[in-house]
Amino acid sequence: MAEVLVLVELNPTGEGVRKTTLEALTAARALGEPAAVVVGGPGTAAAARAQLAEYGAQRVYVAESEEVDQFLVAPKAEVLAQLVAEKSPAAVVIPSSPEGKEIAGRLAIKTGSGFLTDVTEIAPDGTATQVAFAGATIVHSKVTVGTPIYTVRGNSVTPEPAPGAAEEEQVAVQLSDAARATRVVDRVVEQKSSRPELTEASIVVSGGRGVASAENFSVIEALADSLGAAVGASRAAVDSGYYPHTFQVGQTGKTVSPQLYIAVGISGAIQHRAGMQTSKTIVAVNKDPEAPIFELADFGVVGDLNTVVPQATEAITARK
Amino acid sequence: MDIVVLVKQVPDSGSERTLDSADNTVARGSADNVVNEIDEYAIEEALVLKEAHGGEVTVLTVGPDSAADAIRKALSMGADKAVHVVDDAIHGACAPQTSAILAAALQQMSFDIVLCGAESTDGQLSVMPALLAERLGIPQLSGARKLTVEGGVARVERQTDGGFWALEAPLPAVVSTWDTINEPRYPSFKGIMAAKKKPVEKKSLADLGIDPSTVGLATATSQVVDFAGRPPKGAGVKVNDEGDGAAQLVDFLAAQKIV
Repeated sequence: MAEVLVLVELNPTGEGVRKTTLEALTAARALGEPAAVVVGGPGTAAAARAQLAEYGAQRVYVAESEEVDQFLVAPKAEVLAQLVAEKSPAAVVIPSSPEGKEIAGRLAIKTGSGFLTDVTEIAPDGTATQVAFAGATIVHSKVTVGTPIYTVRGNSVTPEPAPGAAEEEQVAVQLSDAARATRVVDRVVEQKSSRPELTEASIVVSGGRGVASAENFSVIEALADSLGAAVGASRAAVDSGYYPHTFQVGQTGKTVSPQLYIAVGISGAIQHRAGMQTSKTIVAVNKDPEAPIFELADFGVVGDLNTVVPQATEAITARK
Repeated sequence: MDIVVLVKQVPDSGSERTLDSADNTVARGSADNVVNEIDEYAIEEALVLKEAHGGEVTVLTVGPDSAADAIRKALSMGADKAVHVVDDAIHGACAPQTSAILAAALQQMSFDIVLCGAESTDGQLSVMPALLAERLGIPQLSGARKLTVEGGVARVERQTDGGFWALEAPLPAVVSTWDTINEPRYPSFKGIMAAKKKPVEKKSLADLGIDPSTVGLATATSQVVDFAGRPPKGAGVKVNDEGDGAAQLVDFLAAQKIV
């Protein structure tokens, strides 16, 4: 069976791999035998191996070097290009983070291949599903040149365990000067949060202009915490200074696709819908019965968020 | 400092957008076409750099004749001149092909920095800076919320989840910006009038030394097989809060086995 390279996205906050990696391993199985590619500092692969085996990696290519994390994007693309040349895989599958998409793009140029970003499904014949135009259109696409490269959108594939041998093979890392062009001098975390990461969370609670102040976002945060959810914000809320841009959901922010999305005080402008329309279940709370968000909502409450949301938080907490 | 800003004309994300069922490419003819919103932040950043360091700001666009409107907008904000690559053979080009066209055009221009928006609202690939950096063999500083240039070195704060990465690279480089980087100026009346007289150079693929048979829909590296409107969601339940709105909401979540 043909091998499919899967680039491992490591968990930046600790040991192990991100859920997106497990999703990519699962999606890759439609095309062949997943072979995980770990590009990172020494010791990275050892910490990730058990998880990779659990999710079906038959092989683990270990490309470890002190240098790879010091430069942006290009080293990982270079390691993958080297493996594509040596192993002739059926495809390459990469988690669809900003970095992942850029790696895919550079790899496509290096290998003379086509690539598809933010795919939500890969069929055995290589046809990928993408969601276009703010979730309004479903597109099926195929790579027609070279080794197909896919980036898999977070939360669109359910990770399924499968036995894998995870047999390790060392890969020598010899970075070119071009791969050393952009130095990552520092990685700064400004918002430490105990909440799940927005794009990975299975529940997201977002607040909009209706929340009316930065202080009042505590109402949104309390509901999120009662559900173990991530907190998001609409562009209107971010532009008004209620919540940091990092948490913006929508066209110029994050795209999320959780099991449950709760939109509070958000009217549902196209800008926002672009980032959340593919959520499995959508709940809206808004005082305006005509708000377009209700067109998307599976369940909507027309009412004052300052009354409804704290009551809901209390009721959810009471059920635990 | 010479700066090239990449500007893309896209269908307005606020209006109805679709693919063209004749060839599965983005329907541009029927759309309300505008400058890609985030590109305005890149244009602004270019103008700020020019104000601080001198030099020229050149707009570079690949697109049909109608893209002239997007160029005019950038010129009215204050860019000095423009290059418009327009050729019927480009229709349906994929991202790698488009990057080859842009790279060829850039190689005929003088630049210290190439600026562009971090993402277009139509394709949403967010990869062009990476593709250009790869093709041109220059550094990519993508996803910037802050850019400073000093002594031939560009420093960028790359926006990330919950913070930023501090990046550094020598010029020339490709930099892409998010909408957190600045507040774009509105074109002044004077700017709009002046834009009408600014030079726009049209170039064909032949002018760039590109064989037309290597770009466009027929030879694109990926192709859309089919597309369909997303099935509309079934009508949901909407209740007015009369004291029990929250309770009904929680009952709904319970029925979904969420709580």
